[in-house]
Amino acid sequence: MTNIEQTLPEEGDRLENAIELKEVEGLSQGQIVFRRFVRHKGAMIAVVVLLGIVALATTSIGWGPIPGWWKGGGFGGSNPVEIPGGRPTLQVFGENGFQIGNYPFGQDAIGKDMFALTMRGTQQSLMMMVIIGLIATVIGVLVGAFSGFFRGWLDNLLMRLTDVFIVLPTIVIGAVLGKIFGSVNAFILAVTLGFISWTGLARLVRGDFLSLREREFVDAARVAGASNARIMFKHMLPNAMGVIIVNTTLLMSAAILLETALSYLGFGVRSPDVSLGLLINEYQTAFATRPWLFWWPGLFIVAIALCINFIGDGLRDAFDPRQRRIPTARALRRTEKAAAKRAARAASVGTVDGAGG
Amino acid sequence: MLNFVLRRLLSSVAVLLVATFLVFVLADIAVDPLEDLRTSTAPNKEALIAERIALLDLDTPSPVRYLSWLGGVAGCAVGKCDLGLAWSTNQPVSELLASALIVTLKLVAVATVLAIVVGVLVGVVSALRQYEGFDYGIIFLSFLLYSLPTFWVAVLLKQWVAIGFNDFLRAATISPLAIAAISLVVGIVFSSAAGGHWRRRLVVLGSSTVVVAAVLAYISATKWLLDPSLGPVVILVSGLGLAYVVTSISAGLRNRRALFSALTTAVLGAALWFPMQIVFRAANGGLIAGLAVSAVVAGIVIGLLWGGPDKWVSARTAAFVAVGVGFLIFTDRLMQAWRPYSESSVINGRPIPTIGSQTPGLTGSYWVVTLDQLTHLLLPTLALILISFAGYTRYQRASMLEVMNQDYVRTARAKGLTERVVIMRHAFRNSLIPLATIVPIDIAALLGGAIITERIFGWTGMGTMFLRSLDRAELDPLMIYVLIVGGVAVLANFVADLVYAALDPRIRVNA
Repeated sequence: MTNIEQTLPEEGDRLENAIELKEVEGLSQGQIVFRRFVRHKGAMIAVVVLLGIVALATTSIGWGPIPGWWKGGGFGGSNPVEIPGGRPTLQVFGENGFQIGNYPFGQDAIGKDMFALTMRGTQQSLMMMVIIGLIATVIGVLVGAFSGFFRGWLDNLLMRLTDVFIVLPTIVIGAVLGKIFGSVNAFILAVTLGFISWTGLARLVRGDFLSLREREFVDAARVAGASNARIMFKHMLPNAMGVIIVNTTLLMSAAILLETALSYLGFGVRSPDVSLGLLINEYQTAFATRPWLFWWPGLFIVAIALCINFIGDGLRDAFDPRQRRIPTARALRRTEKAAAKRAARAASVGTVDGAGG
Repeated sequence: MLNFVLRRLLSSVAVLLVATFLVFVLADIAVDPLEDLRTSTAPNKEALIAERIALLDLDTPSPVRYLSWLGGVAGCAVGKCDLGLAWSTNQPVSELLASALIVTLKLVAVATVLAIVVGVLVGVVSALRQYEGFDYGIIFLSFLLYSLPTFWVAVLLKQWVAIGFNDFLRAATISPLAIAAISLVVGIVFSSAAGGHWRRRLVVLGSSTVVVAAVLAYISATKWLLDPSLGPVVILVSGLGLAYVVTSISAGLRNRRALFSALTTAVLGAALWFPMQIVFRAANGGLIAGLAVSAVVAGIVIGLLWGGPDKWVSARTAAFVAVGVGFLIFTDRLMQAWRPYSESSVINGRPIPTIGSQTPGLTGSYWVVTLDQLTHLLLPTLALILISFAGYTRYQRASMLEVMNQDYVRTARAKGLTERVVIMRHAFRNSLIPLATIVPIDIAALLGGAIITERIFGWTGMGTMFLRSLDRAELDPLMIYVLIVGGVAVLANFVADLVYAALDPRIRVNA
C-alpha cells in the first residue's frame, strides 16, 4: 500500500497532547510525578486527613517521654465517671452548641478515658504500620533486585523462599509469631511481622528488574565500567521506584489491618498496652450499652486504612506513564485559542509552521 | 509440557515441606503444653509433668518430631493415615478435620460464588461507565470496603442486620418516609448505572423508584415479611422479565427463536409450580439437586426444539432462564416454611441468628432445616462478601478497561457489530482471563483465611480449629491445618498457571 493518505491525529487528540506536553516542559520525572500526585484530589484529602490523625495522636497524649497537651485521665487509670453511663462529652449540635468536654469519646465501665485510649492505640498501630512497611520494603526490594538481576540459581532459590512464605496465609504465620513475640512488646512484634510481609513486593520488583536489565542504559553503564551493585542501585532501582512506592503504601494498609486483626484475636499487642484492634476486642460486647467504646477505635482504623489506600491510588496514577488526564473544557478552549493566535501570527509573518510543529 | 508439570510439582512439594517444617519449629517454640501444670498445686506435679513430657515426646528435639509427624501423614499415601491426636481432648485429628472442613466449605462456597458474580457484574458496569457518577461511587465504595476490618464489620452486622431486623419483625411495617428514601436511593443507583442520555436516566430513575416504592408499600401493608410467599403469578411475571433480560444479554432480542424459547421456559416453569408443591413434600438434598439438573436439561431441550441455525444459543438462553425460574420456585417453597420456622419454640420470633452454624434442638421438615442453615449463613456470608467483593470489582474494572481499549474491540465496532456483541463476546470474555488466575488462589486463601469470620460468628470450621489448637498447644491439628492450607495454595497457584496458559494463547508454558 502506498502512503497516499497521511494520518493526521484528530483535532481533539492534538489539543490534548499539546496541553500535556506544555505541562511537562522542562520538568524532571520526579517533578512530573509530584505534580500529578498533587492534582489527585482524593489523595490530597487523604494526605491531609492522615497528617491530622498523626498530629492528633502524637501530640495529644504525648509520645514516650514528651508530654502532650491532653489533660484527660491518661490511658491507664480509671477516673470518676462524668456523665452517667460514661457517655461522650463531645457534642456537635448539643444544648451548648459545640463542646469537647473532658471525655470527648466517652468513658468505659471503670471510667477510663476513651479518647486517651484511642490515641494510644492509634500511636501503636501507626508505629507498627510504619515499621512493618519499612522492613518489608527493604527485604522485598533486596530479594527482588538480587533475584531479578542475577537470575539463575540465586533467582530460583530466592523465589522458592518467597513461595514458602506465600503458601501460608499471613494471618496464620502472624498468629504463630505473635504468640511468641506479642507478649514481649509491640516493637518486636512489628519487626517480626515485617519479616513475613515482603513477598508480594519481592515478586513485583523481580519482574521489574528482569525487564530493566535488558535495557540499553544498563548495557551503557556496564560498558562504562560500573559494578553490579552500582548498576543495581544507582541505575535500575530509580527506574523501579514507582512500583516500589505504590506497593509499599498498599502493604502498609494491609499491615494495619493485619496488626489490628492479630490484636483482636489475642495474638498481637497484649493488655495493659493498647492497640486499636485490642480495644475493639475488649469492648465488642459493650456495643449494645456503650457503642462509643466500639465506634471510635474502629473509625480510626478505617480512616487510616482508607487514607493510605487513597494515597496509594494517587501515587499509582502519578507514576503511570500511560495515565492521561481528561482535560477540562476550559483548558481545551484555552489551548485552542492559543493555537489559533499562533497560526494567525505565523500567517501574518508569512512563514509556514512546518511538519515539525 | 509434561516436563513443566513435573518440575512444578517437585518444587511445590519442596516448598510445602520447608513451609511445614518452619511452622512446626516455630509453633513448637510458641506453644507451651506444660503451661497449666506449671501453675498447678497438685502434690504430684512433678509426676504429671513427666507424664505429659513422655506423652508428647517433648524431650526429643522438634526437627525429629517433625519427621515422625511427617511419616504419619505420608502414611496416607499407602492407606495408613496417622494424622495424630488432639491430646487435650484425646480426639483423633482426622475426625476434627472432617467436621471442620465441611463447616468451612459450607461457609466459604456460597460467599465466594456470590462475591465473584456480584463483583464481576459491578466491575463491568463500572468500567462501561468510566468517569461517571456510578464509576466514582463504586471506586469509593470499594476503597471503603477494602479498608474495613472484618471483625468490626461483623459486630456491626450482628447489631444492625440481625438484632435490628429481628426487632423490626415485631411490627414488620415500614414507615412511609423509609419507603420513600429506600426507593429513591435504589432509583438513583439504577439510573446512574443505566447511564446514557438524561432522558433515559430520568425514565429509569422514575420507573425503578415507583416499582420499588410499590413493592415496599405492599410488603409493609400486608406484613408480607411475617409470612412471605411468591405464588405462581409473581413467579410467572418475574420469569417473563428474566427471560427478556437473559435474552437481551445472551442472544439479543432480535434473535426471535432464543426469545421464544426463553419465554416458553418461563411459562412452563411457572405452570410447574402446581405439581411441584406435591413433589416438594418428599424433599431432600438429593431430590433438589436432581431437580436443578433436570431444570437445566429441560431448558436446553426447549432451546433445541425451537431449532434454527444457532439453536445452541437458544438452548443456552433457555437453560439460564430455567435455572432462574427453578430458583424462584425453590425460594417460594422455602418462604412457605418461614412462618413455622420463626414461630417455632426454639426460634421464638427472632429468625436471624448471630452465632453458630445451626440452631441446636431444632426439628422439622427438610425446608425448616434448610431455612435454619440459610439464616445462619446470612451474616458470615455478608461479611465475607463485603470484604472480597471490593477486590473483585476493582480487578474486573481494570481488566475490562484494558480490554475495551484494545484494537480488536475497535475492529469489532468498525465491522458494524452491535454493542451487545462487542461487549459480551469480544470484550467481556477476554476480560475474564486474568480473573481466572485470581479465583483459584482466592478460594485457597478463603479456605484457610476465614479465621476471623469463623471466630466472630462461632462457626467451628478450619480457622477455629487452628486458633483452638494454637491456644491449647496441640501441634497435630495445627500442622494438619497448615498442611492443608499450604497444599491447597500450592495447588491453586499451579492450576492458575495452567488455566492461564490454556485460556491465553499468547502465554506459552515451557520449562
